[in-house]
Amino acid sequence: MKFDIYDFSVLTASIHQLLGEMMGETAVMITEMVIVGIVFLTLFAILGLALVYAERKVCAFFQQRLGPMRVGFWGTAQTVADAIKLLLKEPLMTKSADKFLFNLAPFIIIVASFMAIAAVPFALGLQAIDLDIGVFYVTAVSSIGVAGILIAGWASNNKYSLIGAMRSGAQIVSYELSVGLSLLTIVVLTGSLQFSEIIESQREGWWIFRGHIPAFIAFVIYLIAGTAETNRGPFDLAEAESELTAGFHTEYSGMKFAFFFLAEFVNMFIIAAIGATMFLGGWMPLHFGGFTAFNEVMDFIPPIFWFLGKTAFLIFMMMWFKWTFPRLRIDQLLTLEWKYLLPINLINILIMAFIVLMGWYF
Amino acid sequence: MSVKELHKATQSQEYFVNMGPQHPSTHGVLRLLLTLDGETITKVEPHLGYIHRSIEKMCEKDSYQQIVHLTDRMDYLSCHMNNEAVCLAVEKGLELEVSDRVKVIRTIMSELTRLSSHQLWWGVMGMDLGAITSFLYGFRDREMITDIFEETCGARLTMNYNVPGGVMFDIPANFQTKVKEFITHFRKKLPEYDQLMTNNIIFRNRTEGIGILTKEDAISFGVTGPSGRASGWSNDIRKSHSYSAYDRVDFKEIIRTEGDSFARYKARIDEMWESMNIIEQLIDNVPEGSCREKTKAVIKLPKMEIYQSVETARGELGVYINSDGKKNPYRVKFRSPGFSNLNALNTMAKGGKIADLVTIMSTIDLVIPDIDR
Amino acid sequence: MKAIINYIKEVVGGVKTLINGMKVTGYYISHPKEIITQQYPENRDTLNMVDRFRGEVIMPHDENNEHACTGCQACEIACPNGTIEIIQDRILNEETGKKKKTILKHVYHLSMCTMCNLCIEACPTDAIEMGKGFEHAVFDRSQLTKVLNKPGSKLRAGVEE
Repeated sequence: MKFDIYDFSVLTASIHQLLGEMMGETAVMITEMVIVGIVFLTLFAILGLALVYAERKVCAFFQQRLGPMRVGFWGTAQTVADAIKLLLKEPLMTKSADKFLFNLAPFIIIVASFMAIAAVPFALGLQAIDLDIGVFYVTAVSSIGVAGILIAGWASNNKYSLIGAMRSGAQIVSYELSVGLSLLTIVVLTGSLQFSEIIESQREGWWIFRGHIPAFIAFVIYLIAGTAETNRGPFDLAEAESELTAGFHTEYSGMKFAFFFLAEFVNMFIIAAIGATMFLGGWMPLHFGGFTAFNEVMDFIPPIFWFLGKTAFLIFMMMWFKWTFPRLRIDQLLTLEWKYLLPINLINILIMAFIVLMGWYF
Repeated sequence: MSVKELHKATQSQEYFVNMGPQHPSTHGVLRLLLTLDGETITKVEPHLGYIHRSIEKMCEKDSYQQIVHLTDRMDYLSCHMNNEAVCLAVEKGLELEVSDRVKVIRTIMSELTRLSSHQLWWGVMGMDLGAITSFLYGFRDREMITDIFEETCGARLTMNYNVPGGVMFDIPANFQTKVKEFITHFRKKLPEYDQLMTNNIIFRNRTEGIGILTKEDAISFGVTGPSGRASGWSNDIRKSHSYSAYDRVDFKEIIRTEGDSFARYKARIDEMWESMNIIEQLIDNVPEGSCREKTKAVIKLPKMEIYQSVETARGELGVYINSDGKKNPYRVKFRSPGFSNLNALNTMAKGGKIADLVTIMSTIDLVIPDIDR
Repeated sequence: MKAIINYIKEVVGGVKTLINGMKVTGYYISHPKEIITQQYPENRDTLNMVDRFRGEVIMPHDENNEHACTGCQACEIACPNGTIEIIQDRILNEETGKKKKTILKHVYHLSMCTMCNLCIEACPTDAIEMGKGFEHAVFDRSQLTKVLNKPGSKLRAGVEE
């Protein structure tokens, strides 16, 4: 395959070798961990800045506006300026807030998204850790974030925050099911929970094309439930600006607020990345079985661009949802999950299992 | 604490939340004291007075010309209708018959104001429900109307276009073309409103069957305007006590029977179509004549009481003037639609969720300065 | 069975309405020409203020530094908010030997003005009119109190007859 020339594992292996010549085995491991950590921290900062800018621009264009235009060329430095402002702001706290939990909550949320991003395969050989239960791991850690939201709402000692946190709890616990089940539909196809293997299995074509209608239904459900999991779009009940002012982060300011904000955008990225990996082939270029010439042309585009492009597409879809639809009510949100998404999902898995059993997918 | 009291205290699920005075969905400085059971509302108590400017008292020291500009600041979204109400009342007291031209101009401007008010309401309603994009679309179309206002009277919001005896300026030369341009534009854009919001399943679920107000309740609370008509109560002042040029145009009074939030929403959307019909009937037939009857510099009404009501974008605005023969009124009272409509809030919101309260508040279209005056 | 068909119909119908809504926003993002934003300070030169725009009260002076204000106080009386204060004095007219009211200062408090146009209506000599300036922000409140007649200005001859 042509895209093997873009294999990152060569680079990582050489770094590993270089470090191995300089120090002992334990020291190498620690150094590598630190390097990966720093890389992800940088990635978080870049992702946050880029996604906030993208959101503001996309939202503006949906609304026939221009969006930020003043700071930098076309407002590109706007988010940097915002970040500096947030860093300089005073961290306020209500008098009767639970100080320990209040300060802990933003970190729980950010750590949850930090753990989830570790398993995301960015490109060929560019993955922090390729767990053999990658899908399971991501769905498990991403739900830790809800604990942070609940703690934030509780510790703020504000009724609006508490209502927001409780809404979020009910919401994420429910939608976790749909995310898991829709991912499971693809797992049925691939027979593996390992991300690298899932991507490898899409060499002949992405699952969304090869898996017939059930894969598409699973994709749509994943997109809906994923949006709900990130507390975004029509599912932003935990914040519900017009109802609860700012929901669970009403009392947060400065950098602690920025953590929530950052986590929201990074979670959106993770959800989109996992969706791209499972349904759209991750970093795998667009291939159609049989068209060799076409496939080779596609292979010239490096896998990292394929991955980022697909992720950007899914993020754009989520933004499209957010800037079009009204917010759901809490009971309607739960109705949607338990009466619509979950039954459809279960039947969908059944059909998918049948298709796999008969070998009807190509 | 005895065991019994302890039991009672732990069983009680109710708690209070102050919604406002600074809250995104109270559209100003309205404070609602909510009694909540979980997220279910058991009681809503509006607390007013955060933007009370004693306009009624200020009117007592002002001359009749000066009163007009104060009414701009009540329901600022239907400022032209407020002006018109005062002017009609003063003209009634003076027994002054304004020319047909004035009547037609006033009617067109009133309907444009109604359109702009409803556009803003539509945008804000979307924003309350979480669809922020609608806000910008509503304002986009409203901009064309405010441009027309600006060209006609020099102001975009607080117009003060009416004076007792007519209107302050004659309409500009390009008024008709501009209004027609707007109508052709908005006839294309209004179906977009339906596409984006009205037919949206999430929007339907958020509004249908929410905050039901029965006809009996609407009448007993005095809920007028589109909110009252959505409950099946025919209360359009333009039909029942026709003023200005409304008697010479053919338009439908929008009445719906459901009485829920969606009916109130739909009543306003349909009213926009009707307003455009009214304007189209009048815009080509503005009669010639003077745009302003001469009045004395100091208007003195005889010792009398006058009541004049008009249909604003929110309902019936009544102006009561008690004159004792001096150049200032002895007492002025405004029956503002927002105040009466707010009264029904508890009846409508009880038993709903917080999100429903937000829906209901935006469907009764509150303008807080109108409530407090 | 009927229930299941209804259920599927409900889901499909609901999704259709959502897609319809997305079409509207999708249209606007794919048509950047529809953008209506005006970038204000940059377009200051091309801003077209309408003739009747009510920005602030001004008193036009001609090239001889003369205005048409006789100091009759009609605007002061017409103003609902006490925005206008006219300070005047009796000055001896040397030709006739009589003392005559003359305007010293036409004080205009922009901070109190509601741009209702009543003063302009009331003025018998058209000495004041509505200006088109709208950038009223200043750093100190006292700057909003303006004296409309320029220093050393006189009443134009022939206005009083």
